[in-house]
Amino acid sequence: MDQELILELPNDVRSIEHVVEYVMRHCSTCCDYARRFNLNFRVGLTEALSNAMLYGNNSDPQKRVRVEVTVRVEEIAVRVTDQGVGFDPTTVPDPTLPDNISKSGGRGIFLMRSLMDEVWFNDQGNSVTLVLRFEGEAGE
Amino acid sequence: MAFQVSKSGDVLVIDVQGQLIVGNRQELKQKVLDELEKGERRFVVNFSETGYIDSSGLGVLVSLSKKIREQEGELRLASLNEDLRTLFELTKLDTLFTIADSREEALEGL
Repeated sequence: MDQELILELPNDVRSIEHVVEYVMRHCSTCCDYARRFNLNFRVGLTEALSNAMLYGNNSDPQKRVRVEVTVRVEEIAVRVTDQGVGFDPTTVPDPTLPDNISKSGGRGIFLMRSLMDEVWFNDQGNSVTLVLRFEGEAGE
Repeated sequence: MAFQVSKSGDVLVIDVQGQLIVGNRQELKQKVLDELEKGERRFVVNFSETGYIDSSGLGVLVSLSKKIREQEGELRLASLNEDLRTLFELTKLDTLFTIADSREEALEGL
């Protein structure tokens, strides 16, 4: 049976660590897939929340971020939605290119795409959905 | 989650305990910049007790490395576990930093 969790967060980056830990604890299936879950999902969710708070909501403390988590037998999906105007994710440059490698920013979406099985944005660009599938490595 | 600062000879060692993420990256940045201002030039950031790093944490390390090099100093990283090393390899930042297997190895020749 699916497990669902919905959180409404204040726009405060200091809350991210606690939110990620809370979501991790909520997913009882996930401990069977420790490595992928602990690294990939943890970093992916952290990046999505950071982007929503810092860029989507422009660090505005009056705004909020909505997190919707669905845990199924085969995967965990999380949607992170901010109250900003959105952006075009296709315009984000590749941070691993020589011209970009020594820049301090610009790695968040790249890490999400590298670590998660699916990453997609809504048309407005203010909501991202991340999916991590559980496959082939239970017990690691 | 904390940053422990200690001296080993003339090298400043910062142990990252917990996470290096968007919520605490400024604390690390300020600590290192303060020490740079005081005249420290050789730094090791040790990750033996670090759970994970996000892109903001990676970005702070890139920024600090640049500032330290501008002052003719050097920043080395040490004790990245398999997960953390994966992040550096994915982002190709392993090509930008000197990464040692241990704190002791990082201190050698610095």
